[in-house]
Amino acid sequence: LDYQHVQVPFEITLWIMLASLAKIGFHLYNKLPSVVPESCLLIFVGLIMGGIIYGLNDRSPPVMDSDIFFLYLLPPIVLDAGYFMPSRPFFENIGTILLYAVVGTIWNVFGIGFSLYGICQVKAFRLQDVSLLHNLLFGSLIAAVDPVAVLAVFEEIHVNEKLHILVFGESLLNDAVTVVLYKLFRSFCEMPTIKSVDVFAGVGKFFVVGLGGVLVGLSFGFTAAFTTRFTKDIRVIEPLFVFLYSYLSYLTAEMFHLSGIVAIISCAMGMKRYVEANISLKSHTTVKYFMKMWSSVSDTLIFIFLGVSTIGENHEWNWPYICFTVIFCLIWRALGVLVLTFFVNRFHVNTITSKDQFIIAYGGLRGAICFSLVFLLPDFHRKKLFIAATTVVILFTVFVQGMTIRPLVDLLAVKRKRESAPTVGEQIHIRFLDHLLAGIEDISGHWGQYYWKDKLEYFNSKYLQKILLREYDQPKSSIVLLYEKLERKHAIELAQAGQLGHGPAHPSFLCSAFLCSSDRTVITDQKLEETLNPEVLDNMKEILARNLYRIRRTGPAYNRHTLPGDSEPTEQAKEILILRHKSL
Amino acid sequence: PGLPWPIPAPVTSLLSLAVTSEQIEHLHRRFKQLSQDQLTIRKENFDSIPDLEFNPIRGKIVHAFFDKRNLRQASDGLADEINFEDFLTIMSYFRPIEMNMDEEQLDRFRKEKLKFLFHMYDSDHDGKITLQEYRNVVEELLSGNPHLEKESARSIADGAMMEAASICVGQMGPDQVYEGITFEDFLKVGDVSAHTKMHVRFLNVDTIAHCY
Repeated sequence: LDYQHVQVPFEITLWIMLASLAKIGFHLYNKLPSVVPESCLLIFVGLIMGGIIYGLNDRSPPVMDSDIFFLYLLPPIVLDAGYFMPSRPFFENIGTILLYAVVGTIWNVFGIGFSLYGICQVKAFRLQDVSLLHNLLFGSLIAAVDPVAVLAVFEEIHVNEKLHILVFGESLLNDAVTVVLYKLFRSFCEMPTIKSVDVFAGVGKFFVVGLGGVLVGLSFGFTAAFTTRFTKDIRVIEPLFVFLYSYLSYLTAEMFHLSGIVAIISCAMGMKRYVEANISLKSHTTVKYFMKMWSSVSDTLIFIFLGVSTIGENHEWNWPYICFTVIFCLIWRALGVLVLTFFVNRFHVNTITSKDQFIIAYGGLRGAICFSLVFLLPDFHRKKLFIAATTVVILFTVFVQGMTIRPLVDLLAVKRKRESAPTVGEQIHIRFLDHLLAGIEDISGHWGQYYWKDKLEYFNSKYLQKILLREYDQPKSSIVLLYEKLERKHAIELAQAGQLGHGPAHPSFLCSAFLCSSDRTVITDQKLEETLNPEVLDNMKEILARNLYRIRRTGPAYNRHTLPGDSEPTEQAKEILILRHKSL
Repeated sequence: PGLPWPIPAPVTSLLSLAVTSEQIEHLHRRFKQLSQDQLTIRKENFDSIPDLEFNPIRGKIVHAFFDKRNLRQASDGLADEINFEDFLTIMSYFRPIEMNMDEEQLDRFRKEKLKFLFHMYDSDHDGKITLQEYRNVVEELLSGNPHLEKESARSIADGAMMEAASICVGQMGPDQVYEGITFEDFLKVGDVSAHTKMHVRFLNVDTIAHCY
């Protein structure tokens, strides 16, 4: 039995297997995921595992190594988040998001730090030796909202897009602030005296970390886009480039002590548009599925490890400190959101209602990032206190807040996500309004949001697209892309329903099928892959286009007469069905 | 108060609609720039704005300034030239929604903005957006792509029109003809939240001391 030889990979695989089996287990009981969010269940499983290991070995189970977390488990989740981030709502609300992320986090850090220091002064709690600096250091790691936990919970409650993007964007971008403050206070702890120069250096560092992260991310993103321009003949490794470049951007940023999360997000957002135009459809599906798979596995592992690491002798249970930590986290977050939203609402037409504010404050979940940061603290005699407090806060936010947020959202009747499919008409109107507002801004001589967006689009089409896109002669606007996607879907629906045999392009059928695609069950991407034989597809497209054209020809084009009974379309339909049967 | 020229009566009514005098001054300066110190602007004056050239719907925007329906004049058709008062009238369509508006005011405000949009789509002034006009809009929007065929733009417009028809009228019999999108239909089908986005930021600036 050569266990030593295979130990490391074997154990890793076993953990991942456990995580995945746990996930299957939850979904077997249909009612469970709707009441208890998955993250809670996973922590619970972790607790059980930790208990078992502790019982068997009679010593603390393996604590999640911070390096493993930051280098291997966190990047896939953040990459997934960044790649699939809806860019329009993100950039429309970027001001608010940055305000919450930067000012809100700083507010929380200092608020929690100072109030905990105040608690430490009370003699009865025997906490006098915890200095102000230690408290601020603790504040800096506990204040930050965690993207993993937020994603896990918000994904299940489907609030409206704006609310989702606010909380989620904040949780991603506050990493820059957290990194700077944490490192700053940690280095202050080790320095004998602190001069005001150091404080200013800290402030400057924040800008370097944030902007540096964005620059690193964008440069890797554009390099990735440029690389995919030349991958036409080796389609098989195209998805790999997406992952390699994103991971490199994360590691490079971490190497330079910049914010890795911000880097990987900028990389993903920067390269997405160009990479998707360059890579094949199959590669695109592969990228999507691998990203989702990796982030899912990471997510599960993180929560299980959180549970496992809770058991053991790493904690010093000083209950007053812990309770006050939880209380202060809640209070300062609520206050922060209230004050900041007050300022935001004065400058924006679309105000953030008090219901929304409540959800934003309540959705400030802490998670594994705090946990890893607390283990990275230098060993001083009160470290175990901080570990205990962090654990309790995380468990509280994930269990209590995570479980109650869904009933609260229902109770408060918060605006939910619109479930209807996008229509071509809406896209047209949105674009029209964009151009109109840009035009009005030009005429009135005001450089506003639409002016800059227009300028960016112009820069993009003139320079970036030429360098980064392989087929520059096919720039596609979002209207066209959406239309093609709907067309394709419809063509497949037609083929699958076998309707082409019964005299195609009965215009009312065509229209109703085309338009009511939101009513039907959405064809999954898997089915798309199966039926996407290129010849069949081209034929279908041709027929569709020709039929729409034919509708146009009869009278005032969209007059819904039945088509003159040609035999030609029926013939073509039969041809398509034959081709399709052959390809199966 | 503090303005260098006499204010005609309709403008004071605009003033009462919370366009502050600082904003009016800014717009007046801009107007003088565009008109080259004349009292009226013609269509040609808009050619002097460099950035507007790249805007695909430039024609429609300029047209909207001279559209008598937008200028709240009784007659129909296009004006040849507009004065500062008319310029302000058009700009007032892009005021942000005020906090202290009541339901009825909000609704009227929203309808006004959407009517402005509607007039931009409906170029022949007949009160409905026909297929040809819709196609026109889509072609202009996509005119930035030199390699996109007209056929595609047309089919997109047709698809959108059919969508609108199905939403507004539902299932139609084979002999029914859908004339075009009327304003009521537009309220249903158009971008429903357009009125919230349809404002220009600088018109939001609060001036604390505007009258001396």
